[in-house]
Amino acid sequence: MKGMSIIVKTIANFTFPFILIYGLYVIAHGHLTPGGGFQGGAVVASGLGLMLVAYGSEWISKRIKEHDLSLLESLGALAFIGVAFCGIIFGGVFFSNFLVGTGNLFGGIPLNGAADINSGGTLPLMNFAVGMKVIAGLFAIILVMALATLKKEDAI
Amino acid sequence: MNGLETIMNHAPALIIAIPLLGAFLTPLISRVNEKLRNVFVICILGITALLMFVLASEVFTSGPVTYVFGSNLQAVQQNTVIRILFEVDGLSAFMGIISIILAFVASIYSWGFLEKETGLDKYYTLLLLMTAGMLGMVLTGDLFNFFVFLEITSIASTALIAFWTNKEKAIEAGFKYIVVSTIGALFILFALALLYGQYDALNIAKLANSITFTFLDKIALILFITALAMKGGIVPMHMWLPDAYSRAPASISLVLVAATQASIYGVFRVVFTLYGNVISLPQISIGWILVILGLITMLVGVIMAMIQTDFKRLISYGAVAELGYMFLGVGTGLTVIANSNPQITLISQPFAFEAIKGGIFHIINDALDVGLLFMVAGAVYLATKETSINKLGGLARNMKYTTIFFIIGLLAISGLPPMNGFASKLLIYESTFQLNPILSIIAILSSIMLLAIFVKIFQSVFLGPKIPKFDKVKEAPKSMLLAMGIVAAIIIFFGLFPDLIITNIVEPAANALIHNEQYLQWLIGGV
Amino acid sequence: MIANIPFIAVALLVIVGLYAVIFRKNLIKMIIGITIIESGVNLFLITLGYREGSIAPIYTSAPEGVMAYPVPQALTLTSIVIGVAVLALMLSLVIQLYRHKKTLDVRKFGGDDQ
Repeated sequence: MKGMSIIVKTIANFTFPFILIYGLYVIAHGHLTPGGGFQGGAVVASGLGLMLVAYGSEWISKRIKEHDLSLLESLGALAFIGVAFCGIIFGGVFFSNFLVGTGNLFGGIPLNGAADINSGGTLPLMNFAVGMKVIAGLFAIILVMALATLKKEDAI
Repeated sequence: MNGLETIMNHAPALIIAIPLLGAFLTPLISRVNEKLRNVFVICILGITALLMFVLASEVFTSGPVTYVFGSNLQAVQQNTVIRILFEVDGLSAFMGIISIILAFVASIYSWGFLEKETGLDKYYTLLLLMTAGMLGMVLTGDLFNFFVFLEITSIASTALIAFWTNKEKAIEAGFKYIVVSTIGALFILFALALLYGQYDALNIAKLANSITFTFLDKIALILFITALAMKGGIVPMHMWLPDAYSRAPASISLVLVAATQASIYGVFRVVFTLYGNVISLPQISIGWILVILGLITMLVGVIMAMIQTDFKRLISYGAVAELGYMFLGVGTGLTVIANSNPQITLISQPFAFEAIKGGIFHIINDALDVGLLFMVAGAVYLATKETSINKLGGLARNMKYTTIFFIIGLLAISGLPPMNGFASKLLIYESTFQLNPILSIIAILSSIMLLAIFVKIFQSVFLGPKIPKFDKVKEAPKSMLLAMGIVAAIIIFFGLFPDLIITNIVEPAANALIHNEQYLQWLIGGV
Repeated sequence: MIANIPFIAVALLVIVGLYAVIFRKNLIKMIIGITIIESGVNLFLITLGYREGSIAPIYTSAPEGVMAYPVPQALTLTSIVIGVAVLALMLSLVIQLYRHKKTLDVRKFGGDDQ
């Protein structure tokens, strides 16, 4: 599909970073406020959808290929299940939270009513992995559907 | 060895996690090399099969095994169960063995069957995801977890049914399958929410302990049985099954049989374990409902199979008829267990236990027989590109091994000795005769009609004069013959030693179904 | 009576969704019907977690008061994610079907071999 007029493109350029920052904020604070991997990923994918509608699918598909999105999605999924397997090695049970209480990254102790972003253990790591996968997956769906309605001259 | 001990302790989690890990690694490996990916998939399924056999041998000898996800602390805190719990008892291990054998054979079969197609990296990813979903459905002890794995399985199998996107019939079959499947799953979620709202628990053992048979519980039971039977292909909700089985690739029909049987497992789990303490109240007689559904399924399946001319569609109607035998066997046992008359117990009517054993043994026999027949149909399609039995003929000269495998499958599905179908069907005939002779007569008639239908196919497709168009067809590739050989060997082994299988594998499963105190043991004793 | 309004809304949504799936002939309308049923079931799950006069179950700088149950909210979130995946798959299948047959009428499909 073709892009829209220059006014729409300028406003989309202006609002896209704000949507990105808001989506990443929702992903990163998933263990404190409502949100998490899927919700933040859906917000960022909507921002990318805004760019797709403003600039046209031909312009976007020259710059972002479905091949790379598939690679990003696999990496996100592997990171998620890698952290889950580390639960067996370090914690004793599958999916166990082996980082909480120690002093490493994300290792603070969650207090009742006053927790900060440094607590939570493996939850923020899993939130980032799921967020990456959701961004890549949802945008790949939107991009492939936009391209599918384009090729009318192919037989199948 | 300490490593082996650790692996056996974590076996329920690893059985789900290793196919998931393989599914996420497959797109990366297929960018490197194609043959490496095929070998990788077969290895992953082989490792999972080994773990499943180890877990099953432990469960069959010493009772249910539980596994708590997420922490080492106790799962029961202040009288509520707070984490996801996997509970593997005899019936779960039995269904897990069926699923992993069929998935392993399907991955070997796909090497030869789909060698010249494109888009195969997504095919293998979806196959591994579907295996993980099926195994999760049968191993879990938590109702909402069952719903999530059910949806994973149905999404993955829809994409696999519509694999040949250049044929519009396959896409239409996939669409029909997902609409029916989603409505069924949403009804299951609704019934689950009804139970959660009353008792504040999602764990099957905790619910079974605290359930009383209120009006909302009756609605939830009816919704569960209807939705799970709709997903399992029981008449009158079987409309999607012939389309989905016949238009999918043959290796996917194989795994789809295991997926529909996992839904039948869901019916048994809900009726016997979840409602097990209240099933003997005299309000509904669920046993007779299951028996009537089984009879109708058998009759409709056989009658519709007689008029088909498409090879795989005929086999799928035969699969529908075989589902009726399972419900007939287990329903006969349930009429004795659910009887409120204290004179009629399991001890005084021994035919009920035989009926349940026959019904459960028939699950694995049906999966193997129908799987072998689908694989033969796939081999014929690969060689001749033709599916209508009116246009085929005289193939026995060129495809010798395929003909032998078809004869084995034919004998097994009609219940003739020395194949495994004979052992399970004999148990069902004997026990249903003592409940009511008419049931047994209808079952025997259906078997005879199935034999007649499949002999007709055999004569039409494999015997007969040579057709000049099919003069140069070659035998099926080696990997497909290997897959068919594995399943045929298991069929003959089960047929020659049925007693060994029944005492070691089927009886613990039947015991686990009837005595649901074993399932609640960890809750009452403390984890 | 006021407290029962969400349950009446759930019943209405499920009935309207079932009507759309069973009696409509356009493929897109059937998909919308499935989405309506799913919204109804999600609403039912969230309504179960409410307690009289409760606040949202968030611990960060929470005011005094009894909290609503958080478990049904987690179940509803999982159900919404599953609904998105199913919706994407169904729409892709409809796009492919439209390419083959150039029509969205469900009566034109099917009916070749028994």
